[in-house]
Amino acid sequence: METIKLTIDNKIVEVEKGTSVLKAAKKIGIEIPTLCYFELCHMNIENKPGGCRICVVEIDGRKNLAPSCATEATDGMIVNTHNIRVLNARRTIAKLIISDHPFDCLVCAKSGNCELQDIAVKFGIREIPYQGEKSTYRKDTSPSIIRDVDKCVMCRRCEMMCNEVQTVGALSAVNRGFKAVVAPAFEMDLEKSPCTYCGQCVSVCPTGALTEVDHTINVIRALSDKTKTVIVQTAPAVRAALGEEFGLEAGTSVTGKMAAALRRLGFKYVFDTDFAADLTIMEEGTELLGRLNRHLQGDESVKLPMLTSCCPGWVNFFEHNFPDLLDVPSTAKSPQQMFGAIAKSYFAEKIGVNRKDMVVVSVMPCLAKKYECQRDEFKVDGNPDVDFSISTRELASFIKQANIDFMDLPEEDFDNPLGESTGAGVIFGNTGGVIEAACRTAYEVHTGKALEKVEFEALRGMDGIRSATIDFDGLPINIGIAHGLANARKLLNDVRAGKSKYHAIEIMACPGGCIGGGGQPFHHGNSEILQKRASSLYTEDAGKPIRKSHMNPHIVKLYDEFLGKPCGHKSHELLHTQYFDKSDEVIIE
Amino acid sequence: MISKILADTPVQKSGEPKTVKPVTEIHRPEVLNAYSSAEKSKKKVKLKLSEEKVHTILEICKSYDNDPGELINVLHETQSLYGYLPAEVQEVIANGLNMSTAQVYGVVTFYSYFTMIPKGRFPISVCTGTACYVRGAEKVLEEFKKELGIAVGETSKDGKFSINCLRCVGACGLAPVVLVGEKVYGRVSPDGVKAILDNYMDK
Repeated sequence: METIKLTIDNKIVEVEKGTSVLKAAKKIGIEIPTLCYFELCHMNIENKPGGCRICVVEIDGRKNLAPSCATEATDGMIVNTHNIRVLNARRTIAKLIISDHPFDCLVCAKSGNCELQDIAVKFGIREIPYQGEKSTYRKDTSPSIIRDVDKCVMCRRCEMMCNEVQTVGALSAVNRGFKAVVAPAFEMDLEKSPCTYCGQCVSVCPTGALTEVDHTINVIRALSDKTKTVIVQTAPAVRAALGEEFGLEAGTSVTGKMAAALRRLGFKYVFDTDFAADLTIMEEGTELLGRLNRHLQGDESVKLPMLTSCCPGWVNFFEHNFPDLLDVPSTAKSPQQMFGAIAKSYFAEKIGVNRKDMVVVSVMPCLAKKYECQRDEFKVDGNPDVDFSISTRELASFIKQANIDFMDLPEEDFDNPLGESTGAGVIFGNTGGVIEAACRTAYEVHTGKALEKVEFEALRGMDGIRSATIDFDGLPINIGIAHGLANARKLLNDVRAGKSKYHAIEIMACPGGCIGGGGQPFHHGNSEILQKRASSLYTEDAGKPIRKSHMNPHIVKLYDEFLGKPCGHKSHELLHTQYFDKSDEVIIE
Repeated sequence: MISKILADTPVQKSGEPKTVKPVTEIHRPEVLNAYSSAEKSKKKVKLKLSEEKVHTILEICKSYDNDPGELINVLHETQSLYGYLPAEVQEVIANGLNMSTAQVYGVVTFYSYFTMIPKGRFPISVCTGTACYVRGAEKVLEEFKKELGIAVGETSKDGKFSINCLRCVGACGLAPVVLVGEKVYGRVSPDGVKAILDNYMDK
C-alpha cells in the first residue's frame, strides 16, 4: 500500500494514496464542514458531487479554493482548512445556498435535524444579504413521502440512494441551473413513478426537501375519540433504535420503556408486531415446506425459490420491475398486515368491539408501511386493517410532545394475547432474521426433531448478498439473502433467467434490513449504528425464553381457537394476499 | 415545459391538507407528447410506440453497445430521426441503455438542444446573434411570439409554426435575419412579421 504525507493546518498526516483531503483531515481530528458529501461506510459508497462547495480548503500553489471531498491528497500538499479566506468563502457559499431556501425553519418537519440549519448555526450566520428570486416548485405528496423541492440543496444524495443503492430509478436531477430540481421522470408525481417508498432518500436528505407523511395528528385524534378502541403494534426494529432519539447509545434496547410510553400515550392495548412475525413464520414457513415437498415429489408447476414478502418496499419493487414473477414471492401478508387482520377479526370479536370502532396504529421503522396499510386489498368495506402507520421518529416526537420523561419510565410488558412473541419474531428486524426465524420452525416441522442450536450464524452478517446451505436432516436447503434493492435485483435477475440455485430467498429493501429503515432515527451513514441495532435484536432474541415461532403459546391458541391450521382456509382469507402488475402504472394514468 | 403543465395537476392529499403553490397560467400547445394529453383527459391511457419504432430505437442503442455512457449520442441520433424526444421514446431508450427513465429525462432537460416538443411544419428561427440583435432581432422575436401566441421553444396549437432562436446564419449583411424552414428572410422589421406568416397561412 502506497502512502503519502501531507500537511493540514500545520499537522503532518500520512494517508493511503487516493485518499481525499476531507478524509485525511478527519484522520487527524479536523472535521471540515460538509453539506452534499455523504458516505455509506458499510457499502463503500460515497456521494461527492463537489456541488455545494461548503468543504472548500486552501491548497498551497493553487489559485482557487478546492472542494476537499473531491480533491485527492497528494504527497507534500499543504492544506489550510480555516484561514480567513476559507472561512469567508464558506460563509458566502452558505449564505448563497440559504438565499434560495425558504426561511420557514420554525415550522419545517426537519427542524432540529437539518444539516443546512446546522451549518447556519455553526457559521453564525445572522443575515442573508442576497435578495432576489427564489426557485419554487409544486409540493408533491405521496402516501409515504413528501417532496418539497424548494428546500432541496441539490446535494444529490437521494439520487445516489435511489439509483445506485436501490436501483429504483425514481429520482434524478432534471432541468438546468436555477431551475434544476431532483424529480421523477417527466416530473410526474412520486405516486406515479416507480418509487417503492423505501424511504432511503428521506433518511439521507440533509434538509426538509424529502420528509415522511406525518400521521401523528391522526393518531392523537383517534386517541381523543371516546368511541374508539385504539390499539398499537410496534415492529421489531423500533425498540433497537427509539432510544437514540432520547440520547441513548445506539443499540440500546428500549422495549420495556417503549411499551410503558405507549400505554401512557393512551393506547388501550399495547401489542407487538413480533407476535404477527411469529404468525408470519407459521404461514410463510408452511408455504415454503409445501412448495419444497411438491418440488421434491417432482411437481414441475411449483415455483422455487420462494421469496419472502414481509417488506412492503420490496413488494412495491417487484410489482413495478418484475411483474412476470408475481407468483414467486410468498403470498403471506407482512406482519403489519397480519396483525391488523387478526386484531380486527379475532381480537375485536374477543373484546366485543365492532371493527369500525377499532383503530389499529402501527409503529414502524419504515415509510413504505404507510403506503402498505392504505392498499385496497387490506381493507374490509373501506375500513383498513391498519389505520395509521407512524415511524420510529414520529413516535419519538409524539412521546416528547406528550411530556413523557422517557428515561424515567419503568419497564413494562406488552398486553396479551397479541403481545406475546418469541425470539424468532424479534430478529425479523435484521437482514437475515426472517429467514433464520423461518428455518427454526421449518426445520423442526420438517424433520420432527428439536434443533440443537437455534442460531444460524451462517445467515447473519452485513454483506449485501449472502448465501448458506442449511442441512434439514439430510436435505440441503439453499438460502439466499439480499438487503438493499440493487442486491435484490441481482438475485431476481437470476430467478428470471432460471439460473437461481436457491430454495428460499429473503429480501429486505433497506440496507441492514428494517433496522436501517427509512423511518428510523437518522444514522448519517454510520455503519456502526446499524451494527449496534442488529446486535441489540440478536441479544434480545437470546434472552427470550421461547425462540421458535411455533412454540409461541398464543400462536398455538390462535390456531386452535380461530384459524384452524397454517395455510388453511381461514388463514388464506385473512393472512394471505396477492400481488399486482404495476409496470403499466409507472407513467401512464 | 412539461413541469409547468404537470404543475397544474392537483396535489395528492394524504394526512393533513397541503397547500398548493399558485402556478402562473401558461400557454399549452396541443401538439405535445402524449403525457400532457393524458393528464388532460384524466383517463387511463396506455401509450405504446409501434413495434417498428421501438425496434429502430433499440437498434440505435445497440449500435452504441447499450452503453449508458453513450446516452447523449443515442439521444442525438433519435432526435434527428423523429425531430423530438417524447416521453415514450425516452422510456425505450432507458430500457435499451439499462438506466432509469428519470436519468434519461434529466439529460434531455439539461441540454437545450434536446426537445420534447415536436417542431412545427414551418419552424421559425430568429437569429439573435450579435449583428441581428443590435439591429432589433429582439423586437422581431417579440412580434412573432405575439402573433402566434407561443413562447420560444413552443409549437402553435395547429402544429404549423414553432419558434426558436439561433446564433448567426452567416448573413449578417441582411440583419436581422429570420429563417422559416429553409427559406431566409433578411432585414426583417417587426412590421414585416405578419407578412412573412401570411405566406404560410394557406399551406
